[in-house]
Amino acid sequence: MARIAGVDLPRHKRTEIALCYIYGLGRTSARKICEKLGIPETRRVQDLTEDEVNRIREEIDKNWAGKVEGDLRRVEGLNVKRLIEINCYRGQRHRRGLPTRGQRTKTNARTRRGRKRMTVAGKKIAPSKG
Amino acid sequence: MSRSLKKGPYVHASLQKKIEDMNRKGEKKVVKCWARASMIVPDMIGHTIAIYNGRKHVPVFITEQMIGHRLGEFAATRFFKGHAGGDKTAKRG
Repeated sequence: MARIAGVDLPRHKRTEIALCYIYGLGRTSARKICEKLGIPETRRVQDLTEDEVNRIREEIDKNWAGKVEGDLRRVEGLNVKRLIEINCYRGQRHRRGLPTRGQRTKTNARTRRGRKRMTVAGKKIAPSKG
Repeated sequence: MSRSLKKGPYVHASLQKKIEDMNRKGEKKVVKCWARASMIVPDMIGHTIAIYNGRKHVPVFITEQMIGHRLGEFAATRFFKGHAGGDKTAKRG
């Protein structure tokens, strides 16, 4: 079991992909790590040796400190909190759970606003079926 | 594309002059300002600037955290008070 930065990596996936399961690492950074350590990114996690796993762990602990998982989440949270505290436009959008970068909200914006709530039209359809 | 560093932050000339004057005299007055695109620079900390929102001047006290933001970000130009007939569910003001 390869446990890195507090995350269990899926064993049957390629290292390159498995590292993306760590919050803060995407394909690019995953490839960079593999390249730097001389581990083929196509190797499955289950085929990594204990030494290779340790090297990845060391690399992330040393050179990605504060940029992955809990630390990164905390930094992001603080940034949002700051925006909210100074009461700027972006902070107000965060407070209301709306998109902050000027996207339209007439439709879409579902990532920020959550699942679509039933409209009046939607309610009318439901009883006619039952 | 970001602004050239050579130019420095954009601050409306008249606003900058007023802030500098006040800093020199060490006084604090509310400055009315229409230049919403002006960036907040360290000189402005502690001053209150009344930023125009299209209707009136909104007084905003400038703090250290606001540096680098634009004045307009702190004076909303639109006020959404909820949709008409939305009183069935509790709406905030």
